[in-house]
Amino acid sequence: MTMSAAAAAKPQRGANTPAYDVSRIRRDFPILARSVHGRPLVYLDNGASAQKPRRVIDTMRQVMEEDYANVHRGVHFLSQRATERYDAARETVARFLGAEAREIVFTRNLTESINLVAATFGRRFFEKGDEVIVSEMEHHANIVPWQLLEMEKGIRIRVVPVDDAGNLRMDVYESLLSPRTKLVALTHCSNVLGSVTPAAEIVRLAHARGIKVLLDGAQAVVHRAVDVKALDVDFYGFTGHKLYGPTGIGVLYGKYELLAQLPPYQGGGDMIRSVSFAGTSFKEPPERFEAGTPAIVEAIGLAAAIDYVTELGQDAIAAHEEQLLDYATKRLLEIPGLTIYGRAPEKAAILSFTLEAAHAHDIGTIVDREGVALRTGHHCAQPLMERLGVAGTARASFGLYNTREEVDRLADAILSVKEIFGP
Amino acid sequence: MTDDLRELYQEVILDHGKHPRNFRHPADANLEAHGYNPLCGDQLTVYVKRDDSGVIRDVAFEGRGCAISTASASMMTELLRGKSEAQVKALFEAFRHLCTVGDDGAVPAELADDLDRLRVLAGVRQFPMRVKCATLPWHTMTAAMSGTDEVSTE
Repeated sequence: MTMSAAAAAKPQRGANTPAYDVSRIRRDFPILARSVHGRPLVYLDNGASAQKPRRVIDTMRQVMEEDYANVHRGVHFLSQRATERYDAARETVARFLGAEAREIVFTRNLTESINLVAATFGRRFFEKGDEVIVSEMEHHANIVPWQLLEMEKGIRIRVVPVDDAGNLRMDVYESLLSPRTKLVALTHCSNVLGSVTPAAEIVRLAHARGIKVLLDGAQAVVHRAVDVKALDVDFYGFTGHKLYGPTGIGVLYGKYELLAQLPPYQGGGDMIRSVSFAGTSFKEPPERFEAGTPAIVEAIGLAAAIDYVTELGQDAIAAHEEQLLDYATKRLLEIPGLTIYGRAPEKAAILSFTLEAAHAHDIGTIVDREGVALRTGHHCAQPLMERLGVAGTARASFGLYNTREEVDRLADAILSVKEIFGP
Repeated sequence: MTDDLRELYQEVILDHGKHPRNFRHPADANLEAHGYNPLCGDQLTVYVKRDDSGVIRDVAFEGRGCAISTASASMMTELLRGKSEAQVKALFEAFRHLCTVGDDGAVPAELADDLDRLRVLAGVRQFPMRVKCATLPWHTMTAAMSGTDEVSTE
């Protein structure tokens, strides 16, 4: 069966959104037609990086074949054309997040987005003894930049625990907010547990005490519509390649009046108003934070990915993925000895599990031979692995093109692990 | 199940993986090192008792890892008692050759039988991402002998 009936039952953005036809959608992704180890590919590693629709591939090729030159520099035709398209990409990202274009900074990836906040906001406003609040389920990208500041400036990192289901302990979060707190830096959706954190409430509680909030949206924007103005969040970051876009391009949203107070991130061309050895003046945001030639083709490719996703409808995608998650949860729980980590009521289509009989790495190798691509290991979230008491997990992360049949293939592949390792 | 999986997960390996030998912390160990694979989070500690003449008297390990790294560590500890450091290094070299190139390399004649016992692990050659699982215990062993505390596969 297709998911169209189930998806249509859910509320969708726009009255004219066509039914969600997953088999048609799959044809938009050339790589999904290939096989791996002689079996049709079942790609369930979307949380690490998603595959690319033809729209993105064609757009990037077309830019390079027809509209390419450096941006913001030349008076010639192609430079102007490339500049228009690059600037339009920023507009597209801004619309996607409900922001203004001048609040969108292009980065390399989410890791750089967070490092940018640490290097500018952190350097400007943090003093020894100040605190940053993170959670137990952060990706290393939202831990290590703060540890670098800990070493450099003597700030402290406070950690909000998660409960056994994978919910952020909001009571502890609230109790950690103090006059020493300079920033709350939390994930909007765990890359391991799938837990979606109550972003609006997180922001409201912090703002009530005058504290700024950064949300790591790398997983969240993929699985649901995000409106930064509705959340009233101060900084929001995500990466292109998990959103069906290219690698090498990420985004940092920052409220304009906040960005305007920040010093430059890196120095170089494109971020300066004028340079002399007597003194250099810097451009306004967002250019102030984009030194050097940017990832022009990738930014335009990201805009193509966003157009693709918004045309399908983020609510329709979310409904489709929710059906998949429910079905996958049910199928996997039928397997004796399998434990699922993360049972938060608000959960994106990410399923981490372990088997009693086999280590995650062995699971990954065996299911790969069945054509099933899973992520195995610590998922760049070692503190969370510690909390869960496991060395690692296997993780199936679903995307907009996955199907129930693929969930069945996953379940069968896990049974072949048990065939080797025993019950 | 594919043939290369069958070769990788042979009964002997599964048995060592589930019931590792010398999985303990000897009180009289005088050398140890910690091995870590940052890719998957696997870690183990290898404990060695070396006598004054440089001969390995006991090898044991503790830690957590996949079937391949656990089996490799277990089998390693069974083979190294009574060996000199030079022999340990020569056997590791030959084993690494077996896991990557697929033949015995320049294994000294006196170690040929030992290498034969490790041959069940040669299936990892078909799984390049898993070679480090098989060699991590040996890296850790050589680190312990050279007085290095920590070794990582990266």
